[in-house]
Amino acid sequence: MKETYRFQHKHILGIEQLSVADILHILDTAISFKEISNRSIKKVPTLKGKTIINFFFEPSTRTRLSFEIAAKRMSADTFGITAATSSAKKGETLIDTACNLQAMNPDLIIIRHGSSGAPGLLTRHIDASIINAGDGTHQHPSQALLDMMTIREHKGSIDGLKIALIGDIAHSRVAHSNILGFTKMGADVKVAGPATFMIPHLDLLGARVCSTVEEAIADADVVMALRIQKERQNDPLIPSLREYARFYGINRSRLKHAKPDALIMHPGPINRGVEMDPDVADGKGSVILEQVTNGVAVRMALLYLVLGQEGGRAE
Amino acid sequence: MTNSKITVLQNGRIIDPVSGVDTIGDIWIEDELIITPGETLPETCQLFDVQGKWIVPGLIDMHVHLREPGEEYKETIDSGTRAAAAGGFTAIASMPNTTPVNDCASVTEFIQKTASNKGFTRVYPVGAISKGSQGLELAEYGEMKASGAVAVTDDGLPVADSQLMRRAMEYAGSHDLLLISHPEEIALSQNGAMNEGVISTRLGLRGIPSAAESVMVYREIALAELTGQQVHIAHVSTAASMNLIRDAKARGVKVSAEATPHHFTLTEEAIGDYNTNAKMNPPLRTEKDRQAIRKGLEDGTLDVIATDHAPHSVLEKELEFDQAANGIIGLETSLPLSLGLVRDGLIDIMRMVELMSSAPARILKVAGGTLAVGSVADVTVVDPDKEFIFTKEIIRSRGKNSPFLDWKLQGKAVLTIMGGQITHSEI
Repeated sequence: MKETYRFQHKHILGIEQLSVADILHILDTAISFKEISNRSIKKVPTLKGKTIINFFFEPSTRTRLSFEIAAKRMSADTFGITAATSSAKKGETLIDTACNLQAMNPDLIIIRHGSSGAPGLLTRHIDASIINAGDGTHQHPSQALLDMMTIREHKGSIDGLKIALIGDIAHSRVAHSNILGFTKMGADVKVAGPATFMIPHLDLLGARVCSTVEEAIADADVVMALRIQKERQNDPLIPSLREYARFYGINRSRLKHAKPDALIMHPGPINRGVEMDPDVADGKGSVILEQVTNGVAVRMALLYLVLGQEGGRAE
Repeated sequence: MTNSKITVLQNGRIIDPVSGVDTIGDIWIEDELIITPGETLPETCQLFDVQGKWIVPGLIDMHVHLREPGEEYKETIDSGTRAAAAGGFTAIASMPNTTPVNDCASVTEFIQKTASNKGFTRVYPVGAISKGSQGLELAEYGEMKASGAVAVTDDGLPVADSQLMRRAMEYAGSHDLLLISHPEEIALSQNGAMNEGVISTRLGLRGIPSAAESVMVYREIALAELTGQQVHIAHVSTAASMNLIRDAKARGVKVSAEATPHHFTLTEEAIGDYNTNAKMNPPLRTEKDRQAIRKGLEDGTLDVIATDHAPHSVLEKELEFDQAANGIIGLETSLPLSLGLVRDGLIDIMRMVELMSSAPARILKVAGGTLAVGSVADVTVVDPDKEFIFTKEIIRSRGKNSPFLDWKLQGKAVLTIMGGQITHSEI
């Protein structure tokens, strides 16, 4: 079986499209690439001559930089467009902008967009590969993959783990991709937060909704807090950050319910003292910065696999 | 004999819900009226053998967006009424959300005049409830009525203020205008792109809860009870709304209601991979809701089938799903989809014609809806077996935004006659 496996995806739009074998293959590939980032000369020629466009319609520091570094360490030529510099400002439609990019013949477009489904829309109009770097409240597959890589490094396997996601599930594409990915890999996923942060039918994505944080993190192997998006406060979701921190924030006393060696994760950027206390974010079990490091390796793997460089490992 | 023009439809199955007639026979039309058939055919007449086909009162769609004035690139009175005639319609009611809004006599008159010059169907303008549809002050119902308006509505821009809605019902009653409500609590539905549920969760789209509709359906019922006036509920999409309307009718509230072919045919599953041609407001709902709509058509809770024909160009539809405009075209698919209800055994032919012609005529208090001698000659001949593929190429509407594109449909209007004039023929 192992000999016949081939990674077949031209685009990475979400976790749904990936099989367990695909995910394991991506994570294995990422581990083999991780070492490159520790060399003094952090560059391999694998993607030399490939053109990659970073097409970011929403502000992003971490994800954009992570993809950019991943591409450069593989020797691809990268170009970045943001909403501020793109013609979207001048009223051009997404499809027109994409067709213009296509006319310059890139190999891969990495897109972040505020509208769910926008990366899929592009695949119907252009030939280049597309990687979704976050679309609306839909999916953020590379984030879920780097989270799985980090958990796997510490726990050996995701299968059978108890994973708790705490916070704004409704508006979090990270949560959506992670719930799908973790459950696909055999984990038991529980979520908690105020009901205003839950959405209907989360159970159908594979998560169990708990009424308290304590219940969700009971005996957990992994506790992940999600960012409270202050910019969403035009919808009356919570009365105050202070009250949120008191009832839903991850602190040392709540963490006593989890396993003693539980991993503490956060996709960033953290509102310290709101969804997570600083001493938890910086303390024992926290792998928050390892997530960022692994982000580069996972994205190197995705670029490599999507651009069809099967058959070899990085030298 | 006289110089008048006689048209004879021979050997058709005549279906007239008003008189309860369902028989094989002939319909004679002289000038713009239906007349008593003579003993023998006149020497000169326009003769159609319609054996095997149905002769029904011309179909009436009481919920159409014609886009003119203001958005002629989407649809015009000419293109929209051509599409309507091809779909078997002889009359349509045009919604007021044009640019400018139809909130005063001059706009009403423009629509009325353009339609009577160019229209392939009768066009009944529907005025706005409030000036500019801003939801603040009543529009001039008396003047709009004098210029041809038959109803007022807040379609597209729902009235949030309950006091304004109460006054609108009272004042519409004074001018004998039907009040049509688009029931939507916009605070609940704001920026929603589809039904709130399993699929909105999976697609990461903001959902419109079912309650955004039923909350307002109940408000309109309560206000109709308070004022003693009639209210017509547009495009009912949820099971909860159906229950409210059924209960209100049972206790004698003057409420009527319509449903669209898309809501009784499709569910939210039609959105698939972000198909913007399945995006409309109210959104496609769940199978449970769809079944409730079908039940309402069957048991009489719903009075009318109306399309909410809403043409858009690719400029509004070939976009990110949450950015795309709401609305689909419906005039050219309404009849075959409604015939689907007959084929499924849910309703009989008589009831379908009632829903698509006699009831809207009665509710709007306009001509048509019957084949009785002396009535206006608004007549549609339907070939219930004719199959066709609904491709972009055959669409008469300027909008091609339909979730039924490339569907194989069964049942077609093959001859449409409006006031004795043939407006569509493929016989």
